[in-house]
Amino acid sequence: MSIRKSRDWFSPDYQEQDTDEGVGYGLHPLDEYLREDRIPHIWCPGCGLGVILNAYLRALKDSDIPPEETAVVSGIGCSGRAAGYVDVDSFHVTHGRAIPFATGLKVGNRDLKTTVFSGDGDLFAIGGNHFIHAARRNVDFNVICVNNFNYGMTGGQAGPTTPTDAKTSTTPWGGFEQPFNLPAVAAGAGAVYVARWTTYHVEELIDSLEEALEKDGFCFIEVMSPCPTGYGKKVGLKTGKKTMKHFKENSEKNPDADPSEVALHPEDPDSKIVVGKFVDRDAPTYQDERGKVFGQAREEMGVE
Amino acid sequence: MMEPGTYFMEGNTACAEGAIAAGCRFFAGYPITPASEILERITERFPEVHGSYLQMEDELASIATVLGASWAGKKSMTATSGPGFSLMMENYGLGLMTETPCVIVNVMRGGPSTGLPTMVAQGDVNQTRWGTHGDVGVVVYAPSSPQELFDYTIKAFNTAEKYRLPVVVLSDEMVSHMTEKVEVPPEDEIEIVNRKKPKDDPEGHLPFRPDDDLVPPMANAGDGYGVHVTGLTHDEKGHPSIDEKTQNMLVPRLIDKIRKNVDDILEYDEYKIDDAERVIVAYGSVSRAAIEAVDMAREKGYKVGMLRPKTIWPFPEERIYDLAREGVDDFLVAEINFGQIVYEVERCTGGAAQTYLAPRMGGNIHTPDEIVDRIEAIDRGEIPSFKE
Repeated sequence: MSIRKSRDWFSPDYQEQDTDEGVGYGLHPLDEYLREDRIPHIWCPGCGLGVILNAYLRALKDSDIPPEETAVVSGIGCSGRAAGYVDVDSFHVTHGRAIPFATGLKVGNRDLKTTVFSGDGDLFAIGGNHFIHAARRNVDFNVICVNNFNYGMTGGQAGPTTPTDAKTSTTPWGGFEQPFNLPAVAAGAGAVYVARWTTYHVEELIDSLEEALEKDGFCFIEVMSPCPTGYGKKVGLKTGKKTMKHFKENSEKNPDADPSEVALHPEDPDSKIVVGKFVDRDAPTYQDERGKVFGQAREEMGVE
Repeated sequence: MMEPGTYFMEGNTACAEGAIAAGCRFFAGYPITPASEILERITERFPEVHGSYLQMEDELASIATVLGASWAGKKSMTATSGPGFSLMMENYGLGLMTETPCVIVNVMRGGPSTGLPTMVAQGDVNQTRWGTHGDVGVVVYAPSSPQELFDYTIKAFNTAEKYRLPVVVLSDEMVSHMTEKVEVPPEDEIEIVNRKKPKDDPEGHLPFRPDDDLVPPMANAGDGYGVHVTGLTHDEKGHPSIDEKTQNMLVPRLIDKIRKNVDDILEYDEYKIDDAERVIVAYGSVSRAAIEAVDMAREKGYKVGMLRPKTIWPFPEERIYDLAREGVDDFLVAEINFGQIVYEVERCTGGAAQTYLAPRMGGNIHTPDEIVDRIEAIDRGEIPSFKE
C-alpha cells in the first residue's frame, strides 16, 4: 500500500481568528462532515476515537462520496457515539445490533454507502454472531472496529479482546480467557477485505478506509486505540501519548501475514503487533447473488 | 399482489399476502414454529414483487434489520413466535423510541420458554404491551381468522406508517394454521397509507418535531436530510440529550400519539350485547368459540353478549367502563392463559361489575361448552370472581 506523501489537511478556512470567546480556530477542515452543535464530544483526553473518526471522515472526503449517500451506524459504547457526531444519516442503535441494522439499511437502499463504526465489545461480544453472519453473507458495507481492549464507557471491564494477563475492573486478579484475534475471525467468516492498524498508523488507516469505501462486499478494519481512562491506567499505559508510543515501538507492518497468525502476545516482550492489510479479494456480494437467483426465479415465473 | 378473488387460504399465507398487498418489500426473519409459513410464503413471492428477503441468524438480528430497512424507506416486516418475540423486545423498544414504522407478526404458541411449539396459546398479550423496558404506547391487532390476518396485516402497515411505530399483529397458532375463505379485494379497493415526508428544506429541519397529530414527518436515509437517529432520549433535532426536560418532551408524546388518536386506532366487535347482563370478552381464536357460547347460553335463557377487542392495545377501556355502568353485571374473560386481559377488564370496570376468568393453559382453545359451563357455574355462585 502506498503511503501518501502529503495531504491537504488545511482548508483556507482553517485559520486562527478572533471570536467572542477569544482567539480560536473557526473551522475544522472536516466541519462539513460534523454536527458542529454536538461538539465538544464526550471522549476522554488521550482517547483514540478522535483520530479514528478523523481518519474515516478524511477518507470519506477523499472518496468523493456525497454525504447524502453516506450512512453511519453505531452500537453502544464510547465508539457508539461516533454516529452522533457525523453529519450524515446516522444511527445509534442498540448494543450489538449495529451490523444487522446496517444490513437492513444497505439491503433496503443499495445506494447508501454504509459504514458501521463501533467498538470491540459491541461488535465481538454482544454482537459477535451478527458479525460472522454479515461477513458470511458478504453484505456490502464496511465495519470499523475500534479495539481499545476493554469496555471503556462502563468503567474498564474485561471484554472479548482483553489480553489474558490484563487486570481490569472485572479481572482484578488477572484474566483467564483467551481474547479474539479479530483479523482471523473476520477472514475466517468470509470478509473480502481485512486490515488492522493502530491510531499511530493514521495515513495507512485513511488509505485502508478509502479502499474499503470503494470496495464491494464486507470489509473489516480493526483499529487498536488507546483508552487511558478505562484500560491504559491499569496496564501501565496511563496516557494516550504513552499508548501511541507503545503502538509505534511495538508494531510491525506485515501485509503478507496470515491473519490466523496475528494474535497479540503481550506476555512475550519481543512479540509485535502485526499491522497491515491481510485480505483483499473479490467475491460476489449478497445483493449480487440474490439478484441473480431472484432474476432466474422471475424468468421461471415469466414475470418482469 | 395476488389476483383479486376468493381463495381457500391458510392464515399464515393470508398474513404474507396481506403484507405484500400493503406494500411490504422487505422481510427479515428466523424460522420458528408456528410462524415459519409466513417466511416461506414471502420467499416464494418476493422475486415477483422485487422484494428483499433476508433469513437472519436470530430474531435479534431480524428486528434490527427490519428497523434499518424501514429507515432505508422500505415497508418492512418480521414474523415470529413467543421465544423469538422475547428476543425482539429490546429492539421493539428501539423502534418505538426512534419512531420507526414496521410490522412484527407474533403467532402465539404455548409458553413459558420453549413450551408448546406447535400448539395454541395467548400468553404474550401483556408482553406486547409491557415487554420492552420503559414507558411506551403500542398498537397491537388480534385477528381471529385468515381473512382478518390478511386485512389486519394491511392495517398494521398503514397504522405503522401513519403513527410511526412498530405495530404488532398478534395472531395465535390456531388462527395462523386455520384454512378458510379469504377474499382478496382488487388493488384499487385496498387503502394504503404511506409515511408523511418532510416538506421543509434539510437546512434547519427538525426530524423529531411532531405535527398536530403528534407524529413527526419522516425523512428516509438517503433523502438528504442527514437525520441522526438514536435510542437515547433525544430532542427534536434527534440529538441525544440526557436530561429530565428532554425526557418529558419526548416520552409522553410517544404515549400520547396513540392515546390521543385512540378513536382512529381502536377497533372492537360486539355480538348480542344490547340487552346483555353478562359479557364474554375474548379475542383471537377463542372469540370464535365465544360467539357460539353466546348463542348456546342464550338458548338456556342467559342474557349473554360478547365483546371482542380487535386492537388488544389500545384496549377498549371506555367501552368496558360504560358497559359496567349500563347494566352489565359481570364480565367473563376467556383467554388461553392464566389471566392477562382479565386484569385490564377488571381495571376498566372500576368495580362497577364483577370480573371472572375462564382460563386455559394452552394446547387448545376453549370449547363453547366450557364457556357455557363457566357461565352456569358463575350463576350458581360456584366460581369466585378471579380476584377473590
